[in-house]
Amino acid sequence: MSTRQSKSPEETRVVIGMSGGVDSSVAALLLKQQGYDVIGIFMKNWDDTDEFGVCTATEDYNDVIAVANQIGIPYYAVNFEKEYWDKVFTYFLEEYKAGRTPNPDVICNKEIKFKAFLDHAMSLGADYVATGHYARVVEEDGEVKMLRGVDENKDQTYFLNQLSQEQIAKTMFPIGELNKPEIRKIAAEAGLATAKKKDSTGICFIGERDFKEFLSNYLPAKPGEMRTLDGEVKGKHDGLMYYTIGQRHGLGIGGSGDPWFVVGKDLKQNVLFVEQGFDHEALYSESLVAVKPSWVSSKPMEKTFHCTAKFRYRQPDKGVTVTQLDNGTLEVVFDEPQRAITPGQAVVFYDGDVCLGGATIDEVIKNGEPISYL
Amino acid sequence: MDRIYVDHAATSPIHPDVVQEMLPYFTEHFGNPSSIHQFGRKTRQLLDEARVTAAKSIGAQPSHIMFTSGGTEADNAAIFGTAYANSGQGKHIISTQIEHHAVLHACEELQRQGFEVTFLPVDEAGRISIQALKETLREDTILVSIMYGNNEVGTIQDIQTIGEILKEHQAYFHTDAVQAYGVLPLNVQELQVDLLSVSGHKINGPKGTGFLYIGDGVSIAPSFFGGEQERKRRAGTENVAGIAGFAKAIAIMAEEGHQRAEKYEGFKKTMLSIFKEEGIEYLLNGSAEHSLPHILNVSFPGVKTEVLLVNLDLAGIAASSGSACTAGSIEPSHVLTAMFGKTDRTKNAVRFSFGLYNTQEQIEKTARETAKIVKRLQK
Repeated sequence: MSTRQSKSPEETRVVIGMSGGVDSSVAALLLKQQGYDVIGIFMKNWDDTDEFGVCTATEDYNDVIAVANQIGIPYYAVNFEKEYWDKVFTYFLEEYKAGRTPNPDVICNKEIKFKAFLDHAMSLGADYVATGHYARVVEEDGEVKMLRGVDENKDQTYFLNQLSQEQIAKTMFPIGELNKPEIRKIAAEAGLATAKKKDSTGICFIGERDFKEFLSNYLPAKPGEMRTLDGEVKGKHDGLMYYTIGQRHGLGIGGSGDPWFVVGKDLKQNVLFVEQGFDHEALYSESLVAVKPSWVSSKPMEKTFHCTAKFRYRQPDKGVTVTQLDNGTLEVVFDEPQRAITPGQAVVFYDGDVCLGGATIDEVIKNGEPISYL
Repeated sequence: MDRIYVDHAATSPIHPDVVQEMLPYFTEHFGNPSSIHQFGRKTRQLLDEARVTAAKSIGAQPSHIMFTSGGTEADNAAIFGTAYANSGQGKHIISTQIEHHAVLHACEELQRQGFEVTFLPVDEAGRISIQALKETLREDTILVSIMYGNNEVGTIQDIQTIGEILKEHQAYFHTDAVQAYGVLPLNVQELQVDLLSVSGHKINGPKGTGFLYIGDGVSIAPSFFGGEQERKRRAGTENVAGIAGFAKAIAIMAEEGHQRAEKYEGFKKTMLSIFKEEGIEYLLNGSAEHSLPHILNVSFPGVKTEVLLVNLDLAGIAASSGSACTAGSIEPSHVLTAMFGKTDRTKNAVRFSFGLYNTQEQIEKTARETAKIVKRLQK
């Protein structure tokens, strides 16, 4: 089922989400050059007004205004602070409370950018929404497929894994065929106001701030002990939520030998488990169970299939065998043991360049049993 | 695409005669009005004539007129100026919850500086209670600032009655008449106001112009310090070309104002009757009887303000929510919130405001297009 239309670009209204960054700026420019009826919209999802009444959103919106005027498209802003708080931030806090490492960008794409924003765009008569994500959409076998962005370094399909056929069918990713240096070059040649703007890093609502300090505003931090799996006390931790599996930095364990790594958490006892050595066997597992699977294709997936998967953003793909269990969860068995699989993160599946979909990592299995110290 | 501008409460196009009037003051008549030579005399003459024109338009004397950079400055000058000059007589100020931010935020700043401000509530029509005002008045009240006609919903307050009440009180009476000026006849003698703010760009004059009427005997602290311009109350070389244009706009308005008011009343009726005819659900915000003729504020249940405004813009129609928004944060209007509380009605409101070049045909098209969009979105 494809909703891709055969209208001419001039008759096709594309509403593009503009963040004030260089990627979405160039995406808007390319759409305009291709002749589409382009409308730029800035989404305000988070109020970060400081004590002086200044907020980075205002600065970013000013960049959107400058670029939209350069390109010659109308621009507006829309406020999704409430939706973002209810759907994304609440989830984010719940996951941290549960001792997991959530991925708010995945939920933001699913609930905000490709739901609230998409609905908003449709209410403005849009045929498509567009974003500055590094991904591609192609039409094949009577449906649309989501492909990795051509720039392997920048590919963002990991964050888009929860999008459905209906969502992708109404989406354009104008910069998916380009790599970052090309984006910068296009922006510079067009003299766009954002051509030299620094890429944003980290989670959008935290921005450049200290993650620990940010989180402590919302969740009480309970300091506790750092122990080895054998129970040897190695120091103090600042609060379990500040650590993720496989983390090396910020542990403050001195001494000789290999560096120390986080290998697990005991929420009940408020203990952070640490072990020595990047390749410590406690970090390795053979399979995982994932919940809330979502597939891009509207056709049913086979019960068991082999494909590749990413367990974290920007890691190389690994071979896996996926089995859809009767209770709606997925069993994902690794071809080779994998390191630092982390509950709360997304597992995202690929067939070559095609992103098949993904799910949320719930349990990590070792020797046939869920790892007890995760 | 045919563009239709129905946002005149935000700003208005400059009348072509105004532009013509201004041009020589950019080129040949560039003198500084404070200079003793012929160049200065020429612009000084213009300034004096403009002051007479401005004074006449509200039944005042030329010496009562202080030219400003616009309505915001006039409001600020009135509020801070009287507060600072009269704090010895008291530190209590009365205003309303529905003032323009130029008044509201100025009063809030005074609160931070130790003044006490009472913001009177309004009823569902946007009117304050005269009784409540009387009860709020204190011996140490030094200023009452109540707007003439509201910029969002158009509701007019009973300024004359308030002026009567305050006649025997020490408090000065200021009214922000930025929206009323130009569509309603205003006379400071009849209204018994001490201070009245006006803006140039709302009446087809240039931006950056306005005046504050300051009645006889009003003790007011200067806004700026420097030269002796504006009776030492506002130092700085005058915006000569702007004032030339402003005076011309006032003159044109004096001739045509009355007819315009009638025309705009007709536009309002047209829009509402088309909404009715199209069968869309709507709620009129404001007062039916005490309203500025050129402002129409309507809520369309189930239709978000920002979505309707963007759709209208894409259809070539420029309207407004009436309240400022930055970076997507449309704050629910403080005016509508004061009138209705925190209800959805405040999130579904759109303001249409009429002006110089609007035609019956444009207004009909605006109403039909609005109805079309609302129908699509109300589903």
